[in-house]
Amino acid sequence: MNTSTVYISHWCSIEAGEIKRNGEILFSKESEEIELNDLLKAYYREKNISYPKFFKMDTLSKLAFIGSEVLLENIELEKPNLDVGLVLSNSNSSLESDKNHCESISDKDNFYPSPAVFVYTLANICLAEISIRHTLQGENAFFISEKFDAETMWNYTQYMFETNRVNRVICGWVDYLDGGYKLVFYLVEKQGNKQHTIEELQNIFN
Amino acid sequence: MEDLKKELKVKIIEVLNLEDIELSEIGDQDALFGDGLGLDSIDALELIVLMDKDYGIKLSDPKEGREIFQSIETMAAYIAAHRTK
Repeated sequence: MNTSTVYISHWCSIEAGEIKRNGEILFSKESEEIELNDLLKAYYREKNISYPKFFKMDTLSKLAFIGSEVLLENIELEKPNLDVGLVLSNSNSSLESDKNHCESISDKDNFYPSPAVFVYTLANICLAEISIRHTLQGENAFFISEKFDAETMWNYTQYMFETNRVNRVICGWVDYLDGGYKLVFYLVEKQGNKQHTIEELQNIFN
Repeated sequence: MEDLKKELKVKIIEVLNLEDIELSEIGDQDALFGDGLGLDSIDALELIVLMDKDYGIKLSDPKEGREIFQSIETMAAYIAAHRTK
């Protein structure tokens, strides 16, 4: 059992047309029916983010990218940074891009797989997108589970601190398929208000 | 040739998801890679697919691609000379 006492310093969510940070609504669209891509692009433009590669990402990576922007707002990280870990999870992996790729190769007479789609046919690509954006070179992992597995997330994160491999870990859930989506990110570090516990992770996720 | 250049700019913006770039911002002789449009290696692969899918041109030699994808002008000239669609 790991025993390091670490804390959740910040958290954020993107769900049902709302972007929240530490429980407060940062950005929302009147209609909950807004498509995720449009919500994310609206936030990108509202915040004057300049990162053209954002538009080339698949929706899962766009979601993770904006989640990291929200979570790390006003937080200065050294660049490059070897001490920030990333542990993310979801239930639908990269299935949206997998399906898009599959469609592009299903007709032998119109067989034109898109390299730009194919590169996103792994869920952990969104870890890479966040790492490139914030110059993170620490350890990372991506878990697939049917539901948010607070115990596994807690255990893995605690272990990273216990073995002195990180000073901070960006953790969470980023899931997208067929228009349905949910993101919950939280930052675990050595100072903060909420102790990093399984119960607290469940509270943040719900 | 002017129509082909304009068509290529439209296709490139669409296929490569260059949402922040207007048609008028792409000059015929601007570098597509490096300091120009800033395209990357995945974009290069997409351009190879575009040449095949839309113009029936199969490129197999990467060195050849380097010459052809210098600018809209070099792409248009190559397509005009080799297209089968």
